[in-house]
Amino acid sequence: MIRLNSFNSPTHLKEIHQSMLEVTSLDCVRGDRKLFGDINLSLKPGTFLQVQGANGSGKTSLLRILCGLLAPARGEVRWQGANIRSLGEDYFTAVTYIGHRSAVKEELTALENHRITNGLAGVPLTKETAVAQLGKMGLAGRENLPARLLSEGQRRRLALARLLSASTRLWLLDEVLTSLDRAAVTLITSVIEAHLQSGGMAVVATHQELNLAAGSFDRLQLTL
Amino acid sequence: MLTMFRWIVWRDLTLAWRRRADVLSTLFFFIIVVSLFPLGIGPESQLLRSIAPGVVWVAALLASMLSLSRVFENDYHDGTLEQMLLTPQPLVLVVLGKVLAQWLVSEVPLALVAPLLGVQFDLEPRTLWILFISLLIGTPILSLIGAIGAALTLGLRGGGVLIAVLILPLYVPVLIFGAGAVDASITGGTVQANLYLLAAFFLLALVFSPWATSAALRISLE
Repeated sequence: MIRLNSFNSPTHLKEIHQSMLEVTSLDCVRGDRKLFGDINLSLKPGTFLQVQGANGSGKTSLLRILCGLLAPARGEVRWQGANIRSLGEDYFTAVTYIGHRSAVKEELTALENHRITNGLAGVPLTKETAVAQLGKMGLAGRENLPARLLSEGQRRRLALARLLSASTRLWLLDEVLTSLDRAAVTLITSVIEAHLQSGGMAVVATHQELNLAAGSFDRLQLTL
Repeated sequence: MLTMFRWIVWRDLTLAWRRRADVLSTLFFFIIVVSLFPLGIGPESQLLRSIAPGVVWVAALLASMLSLSRVFENDYHDGTLEQMLLTPQPLVLVVLGKVLAQWLVSEVPLALVAPLLGVQFDLEPRTLWILFISLLIGTPILSLIGAIGAALTLGLRGGGVLIAVLILPLYVPVLIFGAGAVDASITGGTVQANLYLLAAFFLLALVFSPWATSAALRISLE
């Protein structure tokens, strides 16, 4: 039912032997329908895992299970050997999840949104840093606009701006590239590359292909 | 830990300021409901004085129901609530921050205007003062208990009615002792006993409600 193809490209990581995130015989049931069953994964530092599959095949559910929002019907997710359910908040210091709902507050300005998101994630930013990061994401000059006036792609960029200051090891990104233009895709790709090079991991659900120059690349195909 | 609590409170207060109309509508609802009674009953000061505690308190319960259904609703729809569940701090803190902001924005104004409204019921200055104090101790309990209901009914259609059915029965002790305190000050009974009991309920709710709300939020977001 599930095919896991591995294309290991050469990497220069020291702790490559040690897998940080392990998933064993994971089942997911939504309503009374089984979305997927018996998924086994292990992510080593520097690994990029692309989750693919038709609409409704459970990509979002898989990411929500990996970040601990959703409880799996069977199986478990382990982070550095410990079940994430028992780690509780400690696990969240290692994880950044960006869902397809962008968590951008329409009434707040871009700058307020960015600073609050980071503040809640435990990485408070000074105003200057926040402005610089928004500039890097191509939102210069729009810092003080209410987010409801931003376009869909700009909101997406705003939501992704938190990756610039995220010090977490594991990134779980759900359909992050939708409504982004080519320049933004290139930018996000380079941010992810830097993350992988510093020993981070990323699980990305997307239909688009990412051309990564760093890290080892895995693919997980979910079938209906 | 406390910085994150401050972020939540500051965020919710800013949001409330940007959506002033929502807050004001709750307040006006309270003012209008309370004012309808003297208008309907007419100038019978004896009757008005005896119904005042109940009327003001029941109106406060209904007004707080209106604002409570919104505590988590907006954050749920735009995905912010998911992110709050994934913060490296205990979820109980997030809940407490949101409840504090909700109380400051929606309940404190009720307590502040209540003495003014009490004048319509021909209440003595001392009774107006007790009315204010009883609302000040009692409304945080409404916010704390209401948050459980708001978390449980998150994302349900017709959640507004369901939350009222779930939560109003739990408000009964607050209503009895809150209105009881004001009543006691009119009839010359012991006000303190009622207020102390309200304070005890507040402490109890402060301990258990954030914990129950967190659990309910985790279930609602699955």
